[in-house]
Amino acid sequence: MQAAAQGPAMGVVEARHLLARTGFGARIEEIEAYSRLSREDGVERLLGGVRTVARTPAPDSVNVWTPPYQIRQMSSEDRKLFMREQAERALELKSWWLSEMLGTDSPLTERMTLFWHNHFTSSLQKVRSSRLMYRQNSLLRKHALGSYAELLHAVSKDPAMLVYLDSATSRRGQPNENFAREAMELFTLGEGHYGERDIKEAARAFTGWSIDRESGDFMWRAFAHDDGAKTVLGRSGNFRGEDVIAILLDQSATAGFVVGKLWREFVSPQPDPVALERIAASFRRSGYQIRTALLELLLSDAFWAPETRGALIKSPVDLVIGTLRQFDIAIADPLPFALLLRNLGQDLFSPPNVKGWPGGNAWITSQTLLARKQFLERLMRVDDTRMALGRAEQAMDPQKPMARRAMRAMIDIQFSAGDWVRPFRDPGSQVSMQSALLATAPAGDNSRAAQGTELLRALISDPVYQLK
Amino acid sequence: MNRRAFIAASVAALFAPALAWPAAGTGYRRLLVLVELKGGNDGLNTVIPYADALYYDLRPRLALKRDEILQLDERTGLHPALLPLLPLWKAGELAVVQGLGYPAPNLSHFRSIEIWDTASNSDQYLGDGWLGRAFAANPVPAGFVADGVAVGSSELGPLAGAGARAIVLSNPESFLRQAQLANAMGAKRNAALTHILKVESDIVQAASNLGGEIAFRTEFPRGAFGNAVRTAAQLAANQAGVAAIRLSLGGFDTHQNQPAVHRRLLGELAEGIAALRNALKETGRWDSTLLMTYAEFGRRPRENQSMGTDHGTASAHFVAGGKVRGGLLGDAPRLNALEGGNLRQSVDFRSLYAAALESWWDLDAGRTLGGRFVPLDLLKQV
Repeated sequence: MQAAAQGPAMGVVEARHLLARTGFGARIEEIEAYSRLSREDGVERLLGGVRTVARTPAPDSVNVWTPPYQIRQMSSEDRKLFMREQAERALELKSWWLSEMLGTDSPLTERMTLFWHNHFTSSLQKVRSSRLMYRQNSLLRKHALGSYAELLHAVSKDPAMLVYLDSATSRRGQPNENFAREAMELFTLGEGHYGERDIKEAARAFTGWSIDRESGDFMWRAFAHDDGAKTVLGRSGNFRGEDVIAILLDQSATAGFVVGKLWREFVSPQPDPVALERIAASFRRSGYQIRTALLELLLSDAFWAPETRGALIKSPVDLVIGTLRQFDIAIADPLPFALLLRNLGQDLFSPPNVKGWPGGNAWITSQTLLARKQFLERLMRVDDTRMALGRAEQAMDPQKPMARRAMRAMIDIQFSAGDWVRPFRDPGSQVSMQSALLATAPAGDNSRAAQGTELLRALISDPVYQLK
Repeated sequence: MNRRAFIAASVAALFAPALAWPAAGTGYRRLLVLVELKGGNDGLNTVIPYADALYYDLRPRLALKRDEILQLDERTGLHPALLPLLPLWKAGELAVVQGLGYPAPNLSHFRSIEIWDTASNSDQYLGDGWLGRAFAANPVPAGFVADGVAVGSSELGPLAGAGARAIVLSNPESFLRQAQLANAMGAKRNAALTHILKVESDIVQAASNLGGEIAFRTEFPRGAFGNAVRTAAQLAANQAGVAAIRLSLGGFDTHQNQPAVHRRLLGELAEGIAALRNALKETGRWDSTLLMTYAEFGRRPRENQSMGTDHGTASAHFVAGGKVRGGLLGDAPRLNALEGGNLRQSVDFRSLYAAALESWWDLDAGRTLGGRFVPLDLLKQV
């Protein structure tokens, strides 16, 4: 570890970089506080503040469990009603996570929980139970910065995962290969480090892992398990699922695969192979302590290189949550923002497929970019247009309660661009508006909009605002 | 005139009269319209082997009544909701391709549509869409509104790819309004910023080439798909040109209570295609338009316990256009030779794509499709 030498104070630009990359946006007070710390102290402080449980109470609806066989037996009327309630529960769950992201004192914890949600993907679309998805989310948070080995073992037996990748219905004689394949390709080794035969054999070892249909909890079904001999990645034995997970954790490719993904999430789109190998080695040596990997990534030369600033595209969560947090905007009803995230391409608890959100450039299409800009533009003008929005709300189609609710949420936003820009007029202010809002110099020419709310709008609408 | 003034002028020019489209286009002056039937359309109840007794055995509750079916020949008929397509059939402008699919089919929605969108093998992962690849290798003229436009869906699907100018829009008017927020100026400092500036520039260019709205005499069906068809007609008639338009109609994942849902969806599809044809005939664009439907898969021949059908494999699709040679293509479904309960494919979907690339646009299809696929014989000889 290189923690011995404590460097000089980070200053505003580096403090903003660290906060924006590990959290959601950065408030001016936070930038000022971190700017006085060294890089090492800043990173230590972030890692020291992580949580293992959410502070926002879960909605009551996460206690609802309806066994799939009961759903199958419903009359078509009952089923329709059930589906409607299910959709409402899903929205409550999304709103809950959004509230946690907005209110948490450890944005890094939520960033990591979201990272694992995109690594160990499961989706409401298939799992069809807010309860199971909530439990998975809690599991991901509990281990978010703990041991990746423990997380992998736990998530493999997580009921939402068992449903999502069909382990729950896999049985001796008819093993389903879905989980075995994704465990190797997407969770541990990456393509090219295993063969089709390894998948087939591993799938046999995973048989027997299922869920109790009455409770939705994990259940071992001995009669469904194939207890014959298997050969996986060169090792043979009468393996069970746990044994295969252990074999995957023994492979040298696993640490590099996971650290590479963390690198692309926190540092840059192109990992530096030498640094990556070094960090992967300590990750493995530490017994897969996620905190170790993250600490080394955040203290790497690559992370602090000036060209790293602004090299990543903000995800919809970065943009929406980051903007709301950075401007200290209180939200009465988070639901419309969950729907906004869906429009921007990041529907929480519903990643598009098992590979998760592809991210990077794929976040930005003409439609999502214009939708991003429209959100920002409305936010900036909400104080001036409240009256007009109120009239628009009255005129809205009563058959579209969601659209109305979204409009109401905009009207209820308390944000004054004029008040926000005031401190920057103070000549003693250390942080300039540009260094507070942008990762690098703006791409466009905003010299004409030299100050005040006009400058704020120019900076927010600059393409660089989409970067972090 | 600066860009903002240009866009304002474009908006002001709404309801310009329709200008006639030059009759015989070549290359990208010929338009490709893709219609995605999201969720996996039930091909067997769309193009029905009504003379096959097995059809009724497999579908005791879902089979269409024989006297309701629109007969195309002595074996094959259309679902009655497809009545608006009959004029196209009679005019010889509608081809019905049966048995479209790919080897080693995948029954997951996500994975299978990815295979269709990227034109990959079943076990191959490709990043870009097949049209995105084609446009990257064979650039579309810069004056076009865009290489491709996805209407009424947030994903680019086959249009995805860094080398293609693809935009997503739901209606041109609101696109023009929103486009004023785009700002394409700036230094391309890194790959991320370069991508954002490219998208901004695609928006600005599309907005400035989009021009005014055209007043069609054709009445478009009400509803989301009707609106999307109307937008597609606007784009197709646009003099600036666009190489491909992708429309989406969702809701085909009919696991339960299929009959009413399927009837409504096929009705929307047929009315939409008929309206598009009428509108494009008004502007002389129909002869340079090739329309194809596609979906991730068809549905299982045997009906399930919930008055619905589960995920299947090969399916029937439609190809339409002024230059299309109407008729039946591919093999009728062999219900006596199912594989794991599902239909075997008789036509690889990439042969359909090869027809679009090679016969319609004169491109090297093999390069885009990563191999040689014989183009389906879809077009009239010119």
